[in-house]
Amino acid sequence: MARNVTKNRKLAMTVLAWAIGILIFFPILWTILTSFKTEAEAIASPPSFLFFDWTLDNYREVQERSNYFRHFSNSVIISLGSTILGLAIAIPAAWSMAFVPGRRTKDVLMWMLSTKMLPPVGVLIPIYLIFRDTGLLDTLTGLTIVLMLINLPIIIWMLFTYFREIPGEILEAARMDGAGLKAEIIHVLTPMAVPGIASTLLLNIILAWNEAFWTLNLTAAKAAPLTAFIASYSSPEGLFYAKLSAASTMAIAPILILGWFSQKQLVRGLTFGAVK
Amino acid sequence: MATAHSRSAARIMISPAVILLLGWMLIPLSMTLYFSFLRYNLLMPGTHDWAGFLNYRFFLTDPAFFAALKNTLILVGGVLAITIVGGVLLAILLDQPMWGQGIVRILVIAPFFVMPTVGALVWKNMFMNPVNGLFASLAKGIGMQPFDFLGEAPLASIILMVAWQWLPFATLILLTALQSLDSDQLEAAEMDGAGPLSRFFHIMLPHLARAITVVVLIQTIFLLSVFAEILVTTNGGPGYATTNITYLVYAQSLLQFDVGGGSAGGIVAVILANIVAIFLMRMIGKNLDI
Amino acid sequence: MGHISLNQITKTFGNVQVIPPLDLEIRDGEFIVFVGPSGCGKSTLLRLIAGLEDVTSGEIQIDGRQATEVPPAKRGLAMVFQSYALYPHMSVRKNIAFPLKMAGMEKSEIDKRVEGAARVLNLTDYLDRRPGQLSGGQRQRVAIGRAIVREPAAFLFDEPLSNLDAALRVNMRLEISELHNNLETTMIYVTHDQVEAMTMADRIVVLQAGVIEQVGTPLELYSQPRNIFVAGFIGSPKMNFIEGDAVGHSEAAKIGIRPEHLNLSTSEGEWAGTVNVSEHLGSDTFLHVQTEKLGTLTARADGEFPVRHGDKVFLTPQEDKIHRFGADGLSI
Repeated sequence: MARNVTKNRKLAMTVLAWAIGILIFFPILWTILTSFKTEAEAIASPPSFLFFDWTLDNYREVQERSNYFRHFSNSVIISLGSTILGLAIAIPAAWSMAFVPGRRTKDVLMWMLSTKMLPPVGVLIPIYLIFRDTGLLDTLTGLTIVLMLINLPIIIWMLFTYFREIPGEILEAARMDGAGLKAEIIHVLTPMAVPGIASTLLLNIILAWNEAFWTLNLTAAKAAPLTAFIASYSSPEGLFYAKLSAASTMAIAPILILGWFSQKQLVRGLTFGAVK
Repeated sequence: MATAHSRSAARIMISPAVILLLGWMLIPLSMTLYFSFLRYNLLMPGTHDWAGFLNYRFFLTDPAFFAALKNTLILVGGVLAITIVGGVLLAILLDQPMWGQGIVRILVIAPFFVMPTVGALVWKNMFMNPVNGLFASLAKGIGMQPFDFLGEAPLASIILMVAWQWLPFATLILLTALQSLDSDQLEAAEMDGAGPLSRFFHIMLPHLARAITVVVLIQTIFLLSVFAEILVTTNGGPGYATTNITYLVYAQSLLQFDVGGGSAGGIVAVILANIVAIFLMRMIGKNLDI
Repeated sequence: MGHISLNQITKTFGNVQVIPPLDLEIRDGEFIVFVGPSGCGKSTLLRLIAGLEDVTSGEIQIDGRQATEVPPAKRGLAMVFQSYALYPHMSVRKNIAFPLKMAGMEKSEIDKRVEGAARVLNLTDYLDRRPGQLSGGQRQRVAIGRAIVREPAAFLFDEPLSNLDAALRVNMRLEISELHNNLETTMIYVTHDQVEAMTMADRIVVLQAGVIEQVGTPLELYSQPRNIFVAGFIGSPKMNFIEGDAVGHSEAAKIGIRPEHLNLSTSEGEWAGTVNVSEHLGSDTFLHVQTEKLGTLTARADGEFPVRHGDKVFLTPQEDKIHRFGADGLSI
């Protein structure tokens, strides 16, 4: 009897959860489906859900008309570039704070966090003017630097929380074994922290990929990543639903997949270790 | 584990990060502060007159500022309400035994990874469009008049889009917090005769309080800066109906080229964000034992 | 070689001086144990010798050379940590080889030494495993292997057995002692367990609050403790302390008598009392006796001593085994 109740309950929960899950996911699903329709079918009323002539024309056209892959590669370059650059700066910093904490370490960490709280509009004008005057406007270099800087606090914090879980004795053992600082970081700390570093990498690629304030304001055509490219569909041209859907699907697919892998780390990274 | 040697090494290794972030924060911020006291418009090159608090006076007495402030608060408040309530309920649902939990979780989390411009455009065109959108088709299907979401209820529509993007975040964090709740506690309460509702209010909710606070604070920081969704859907309109502070500052500085006025607005935005940030930092700081 | 001398070294953390000026000579080849209650500064002292902490003042010499400013990597000492501190991402072979690799030794020589150490420590079959796949005792042996391949001037052990279960601890104690007999290298061993100290040490350094209370061989500490602290710390069960009237005729503020130096009788003796708890270990029986005037005393009896809770017994101290302490706590 009791078993039955639990089983029914489980069935009810499953149905309810799946219904809500599909509802939340539906806009994405619908976008993906629409990307395979012709423009006429995309705005047909009543809409067809699965029974339409599947076509790949939209994907081809998006690429041909607007050189989709250039924007895609821009996105890849700035998100990967800013993350790797950020890691190179953050690993030593996180090492310092995790393993040689001093009296001011906590203050430094909190201060770094506070830079993340700075609303971007507060510094929009100076950054825009500096970029304009130094020729960084609409360049991949400029965007990479800005994205690195806005995500640096998160990278440092994530690494810091991962490093703190590595027992200090192991690093001391390395020192006793004759390892200098460089050998200690390269041969011992980094390999041990690989899972943490990988999660940090993943989350920051996602954040950089989706960043849509600086990428929209600091690019025009040349360096525009996917965020800005998609935004160009907000003009009346965007009423070509099937093409908008194809472009959107290509823009979100890679990060959706990466994101699913990094769910757990996401919590830790975005709450600065306050929720684990 | 600290010798003078390792301490000095630590200082060297942390300095690039500190210098970069210090530069990133101080240089532009002090420039913004400086500009905010100038009569400075990019369309009138050469004029950099000292304007005192004139820009602030204009910005803070502009009806657009009040509209933007109101919209910002409604946007932040609305999204927070939806995501917190929805997030708690969803987290509890996802914590129940069920088949295919992993897949449901993936479905629920997905919107967070959709770039804001894509999310907003998909909602605007494919769902909310009064002629061709899916909602319009549904309305026609049941014999109702299609509703012009972005025309008739622009701010609510944007709240819906943003909430869709942030609901997964709240759910994920609350679910993580919920999973750290000791199931013994719930079972003990059940043994003590607590029904599902009193278990929720007396055990789950207090346990989630901390995570909810963190979600509120972090979301607030991000929600104060909502930009892309507005840019690609309404451009702040109709009128100022969907202009928030971030968008207002953007419009003033990069559309009207009023550097002075925009900077004053930027400083106001920084002050507003700081009020929230102080609370958030307190929470995180308390949790940080070094 | 492995002669280490500490000359007036001190250590201060913030405003707290954890080690007041301290002198100690550690002779080449000896097995020396730092023992004391937790927080006595014994681990700090070891870390100062290792170079993992800076001394605040004073100097450390290793084999006659100034080592105070030398970083840990260059002091030529090897350390075995309480948590073993193995590198989890490396195989056992790579763990043991790591210090040699850091020293820039040739690959063939590294292999030879690693194989040799593995043979000595019975690790040959485990060389390609990760530390996570080993038992506690095996991990401990890997940590020791990592230390011995370097042929250091001295080994430092920081409570190496405290994470092992009781049976294994006895085994490893023997193995470490044997290792010392074979290598004849200086070993400095930190523990809070006086049994480990007594069984393994050539000389014991008893520390309290950063101060050396006494240095000596195990038997010296046992039979001639310099003060009440050492007397109470060394020996198990603890020495009984008696003050007040009973001390009277011995001209001391306090006297101490070890449980094994109290003669027991059920019929007559100096101090009468009732048995509170009797612990039968088989070989011995420890009686906790509630006396009329002296509080509870512990006494050792034969394994078969037939008493139980509530029985009346008489205790007589062996006169020549009584330790006398002055009002300052020092032995008289």
